Amino acid sequence: MTAATESTVNGAIGQSPKRVEDDRFIRGMGNYVDDVQLPGMLHMAIYRSPFAHATINSIDTSRALAMPGVVACITGQDLVAHGLAWMPTLAGDTQAVLATDKVRFQGQEVVCVIAKTSYQAEDALEGIDVDYDPLPVIVDPKRALDADAPIIRSDLEGKTDNHIFTWESGDAEATDRVFAEADIVIKLDTLYPRIHPAPMETCGAVADYNKATGKMTIHLTSQAPHAHRTLFAMVAGLPEQKLRIISPDVGGGFGNKVPIYPGYVVATAASLLIGKPVKWVESRTENLMSTGFARDYHMEGELAATKDGKMLGLRANVLADHGAFNAQAQPSKWPAGFFNIATGSYDLQAAHCKVDGVYTNKAPGGIAYRCSFRVTEAAYLIERLVDNLAHETGIDAAELRKQNFIQPEQFPYKSPMGWEYDSGDYEKAMNIALELVGYEELRKEQAEKRAKGEVMGIGFSSFTEIVGAGMSKICDIAGLAMIDSAELRIHPTGKGVLKLGVQSQGQGHETTFAQIVANELGIPYTDIAVEHGDTDHTPYGLGTYASRSTPTGGAATAIVARKLREKARQIAAHLLECAPDDLEFDSGTFTVKGSPEKSKTIQECVFGAYQSDLPDDMEKGFEDVTYYDAPEMTYPFGTYICVVDIDKGTGQVKVRKFVAVDDCGTRINPMIVDGQIHGGLTQGFGTAMMELISFDEDGNCFGGNFMDYLIPTAVESPDWTLGECTTPSPHHPFGAKGVGESPTVGSPQAFVNAVVDALHPYGITNIDMPLSSHKVWKVLRDAGVTDE
Amino acid sequence: MSDKMIVKATVNGEECEALVEPRTLLVHMIRESLHLTGTHIGCDTTSCGACTVLLDGKPVKSCTILAVQANGREIATVEGLETAAGLSVVQEGFKEEHGLHCGYCTPGMMMTVTALLEENPDPTEDEIRKAISGNLCRCTGYVNIIKAVQYAAGKKEGAAA
Repeated sequence: MTAATESTVNGAIGQSPKRVEDDRFIRGMGNYVDDVQLPGMLHMAIYRSPFAHATINSIDTSRALAMPGVVACITGQDLVAHGLAWMPTLAGDTQAVLATDKVRFQGQEVVCVIAKTSYQAEDALEGIDVDYDPLPVIVDPKRALDADAPIIRSDLEGKTDNHIFTWESGDAEATDRVFAEADIVIKLDTLYPRIHPAPMETCGAVADYNKATGKMTIHLTSQAPHAHRTLFAMVAGLPEQKLRIISPDVGGGFGNKVPIYPGYVVATAASLLIGKPVKWVESRTENLMSTGFARDYHMEGELAATKDGKMLGLRANVLADHGAFNAQAQPSKWPAGFFNIATGSYDLQAAHCKVDGVYTNKAPGGIAYRCSFRVTEAAYLIERLVDNLAHETGIDAAELRKQNFIQPEQFPYKSPMGWEYDSGDYEKAMNIALELVGYEELRKEQAEKRAKGEVMGIGFSSFTEIVGAGMSKICDIAGLAMIDSAELRIHPTGKGVLKLGVQSQGQGHETTFAQIVANELGIPYTDIAVEHGDTDHTPYGLGTYASRSTPTGGAATAIVARKLREKARQIAAHLLECAPDDLEFDSGTFTVKGSPEKSKTIQECVFGAYQSDLPDDMEKGFEDVTYYDAPEMTYPFGTYICVVDIDKGTGQVKVRKFVAVDDCGTRINPMIVDGQIHGGLTQGFGTAMMELISFDEDGNCFGGNFMDYLIPTAVESPDWTLGECTTPSPHHPFGAKGVGESPTVGSPQAFVNAVVDALHPYGITNIDMPLSSHKVWKVLRDAGVTDE
Repeated sequence: MSDKMIVKATVNGEECEALVEPRTLLVHMIRESLHLTGTHIGCDTTSCGACTVLLDGKPVKSCTILAVQANGREIATVEGLETAAGLSVVQEGFKEEHGLHCGYCTPGMMMTVTALLEENPDPTEDEIRKAISGNLCRCTGYVNIIKAVQYAAGKKEGAAA
C-alpha cells in the first residue's frame, strides 16, 4: 500500500465534498427502472401460487386471454419449448422460472400475463385458472430432514431427501481436544431469523428487443449488470455482443438485486417473442414474498474457555434454510459464504463449523443482505457467545474481549479456520468506544438501578468483517473471477470520464470514485464524470455487494490513475526537457527537483498527450483501463456498545445510547462513510427489534407487506454516536477496506447483548430476534418480573 | 373498464389535463399521464410515502387517492420544488446535510418536509421525526434527514427575517 498522501486538490481523499449525484435526485430527475417509458411498451404481471406446496394438474389461461388489452399469457409449458422453464441459480442449483410440475412456495411464479397497460395485466390475473392438488408442506428446516418428509425437489433426478449440502471448515479433532480441556463451555442455540433487504425500490425490468438489429436492451434493477449480461447470454443463449444491460439509478439494493429473478427472464423472453418492449416491476408484496430473503440460520454454537476467561475454541453447527430452491448468492466455492470467519476478533486455538443446507417450502434465497456472504450470522454467533461467557465467568464484557483480542503485532493473523486477517487494532477501537459511551459510569448506574428493581443493559459487539471479494483464486461467481475494473479517459482540456464495473445503489460512487482520481492525478473531482451501470459503456466487473466496490473497483481506479500519472510524468519530462526521475509530483503538478520555477500541471501534460510534438515512441491520447484482482480480502472491524432501558410493564426496549466505532481503513469521503454507518446501524436495529418473515404451518407467509414487515421509521430509530479508528489495509492501493456493511454485520448482536445483559440477573441467557415488546414482556413475565 | 374521465388540475402551477379511467390512482396519473416520474412507488399499502405529493398544500400519499379526486385541485410534486430563484431550502438542505443515499424516498420525503415547514417553521427534533414517520427511508437511518430539515428551517427563518 502507498498511504494516501494529503492532497490539496479539490475533492481529494479525506475531504467531504457534497454528492454529485444528489443534483438529480433532489430534483426528481433520477432515472429508475420504473421510470423507463418506451413507445409501444407492454406490461407484465405475474400470477403466483396461493399454495406453498401443490401439484399443478392444469393451467387454463383462456379467460385471461379474452380480457381487454391482454396480449399473451406465458406458462411454464410455453417456456419449455425455449429451454427456459428452469434456470440455473448463482448457487449451482436450478430454479423454476414458471412452475410446470408443482409449486414449491407461496408466491411462486406460475403464469405471466402481458397486456397493454399495467392495470389490464393485473386485471387478467383474475382470469387465470390453475387446478392444484395441495401437498404436505415443510416449513421447519429440522422437519425437512425427517425420513418421512415429503420431497420438495422431486424435479432433481434421484433426490430422496431435502438436504442440499454439508460444508465444514476448521479442524474438528483439534477443536474436540480443546473442548475436552476447557473449564467452561458456553452453549447457545439461536435462530438468526428470516428477514428481507426491502430496498425502497422493488425489483423490475424493461426488456426492449430490437428486431432490426437483434439487440436486446434490458433496463434492470441490477447490482451486477456485467455478470447479469453474461448469465443472460449463457442461460438464454443470447449473443453477448447483442445484449446490453442498463442498470440506471438503483433505489437501494442491499443484496436484493444480486440474483436473477423469474420476472426478469420472462419479460426478456416476452420482448424477444412479441418484438415490443415489456416492463415488469414487482409490487412490494411480491418483493417481500418471492425475491431474495436473507439469514434464516439455525445456529448451535459452543465456546470453550478457561475459568479465568481465556477463550480456547469455537464449535458451530448450523442448519441453513434455503427455501424451495438454493438461490443464495455466494461465491461458487462457498456454500455457506464466509461463515468460517466465525472466530471473529479473538485468538482461539481451534475452531470448527459445519453447515447443512436444506430445502423447505418457502421463498428461495439466502442472499447476502448488506453483508459479505454469511459474515453477519457468524459475527452474531461469536459475539453472543462472548457476552454469555462474560455473564458465566463474572468477568466484565469489555475486559473479557480485551483479554482475548488478536493483538496488533499478530497481524497478518492466520485464523484457525484459515483466513489471513490483513490488519487490525481491536483494543484501540474498543477503548475509543468505552470512552465515548462513558462505560464506568454506566456500570455504576446499572448497579444502582438493579438495586431499585429497574432493568437496564449494556451490550457489546467487537466484530471483524471480511469483505472485498476479491481473490479470484478462491472467489468466482458462475466461473467468473471476482475482479473489478476502471477505465479512465482524460480529454484534452484536462477533464475526463471514469467508467466503472461496479454499480452504485446509493453509495455515492459518482462522488467518491472521482475523489480517488482527484487524489491520484490532482484533477479536481468536479472535472471527472463517473459512469457506471451500462454494460455497453463500462468495462467488465462483478458488481457492487459484499462491500467490494472500494476494495476492488476503488483499487482499480487508483491503479489506472497511477498508470496515467506515469504517462503524464513522461510527457512532463519531455516538455520540461528533463529526465522523468527528476520530477516531483504533488497535488496535480510536476516540478523539477531543485527548480521550483520549472513545472507542468497535469492538465498541461494531458493536453500534451493530444499534441503533434510528442516523441514518436509515445502513444497519443490519455486513457487506460485496469482490471484488479485483489491479493487478499480486507478486514474492517469495530466495537459497538448499546445501552438499553426496558419497561417492565410493557417489555418495550428503549435504546438510550448506541456508540459505534468503525475502522474501515482509509476513508475517502468521511461524510459518506458516516452516512453509510447511520444507515447500516438502522438496518441492524430493524433486524434486532422488528423485522421478521415467518410462516404458518401451511406455508402462508407473514411479513409480505409493509403493514406486517416492519422496517424502522424516524420515530423509533435511535440516534447514533460515531467514533473513528483508522488502520489502513496494507495491501489495498490507498489503504481502504470498505464500510457499507460493517454496521449491519456488527450491530444486531449489540442490541441483543444489551437486552440479555439487562435480563441475565433473572436467569435469561438468550432471546432470539426480533426483540418485540411482546416477546420481551413474555420473557419478563415468565421470569416473574413484570409490573402488574 | 368503464369510460375514461378527464381530470383537470393545476400541477406545479400549470394547468394540466389527463384522460384516465375512474379507478386510476393519482400516482399513476402523475407518473404515466403527466410523465412526472420523480414521484415514486415503494409499496402497496400506503406505508412507505415514496409517492407523497401535496394536494392543495397538504401531503397525501398519491397511491391511495384516485386521480379523479384531484380534479380541480392543486398538485405539487418534487419537480415543482425548484423555482427560477433556485433550489428550495428543503432541496438544498438534503444535499448539504447528505440527507439521501439512493434517492428513491427523497422526493416524497421532501414533499412531506415542505408541508411541515409551511405549517411549523421551527419544528423540534421530535416534531420532525413524527412528521416524517409516514415516509420510510431504508438508506440513511434518518439522522441526516433530520439535519436537512433543521438546515431548511434555519434557512427559511433567515430568509424571512
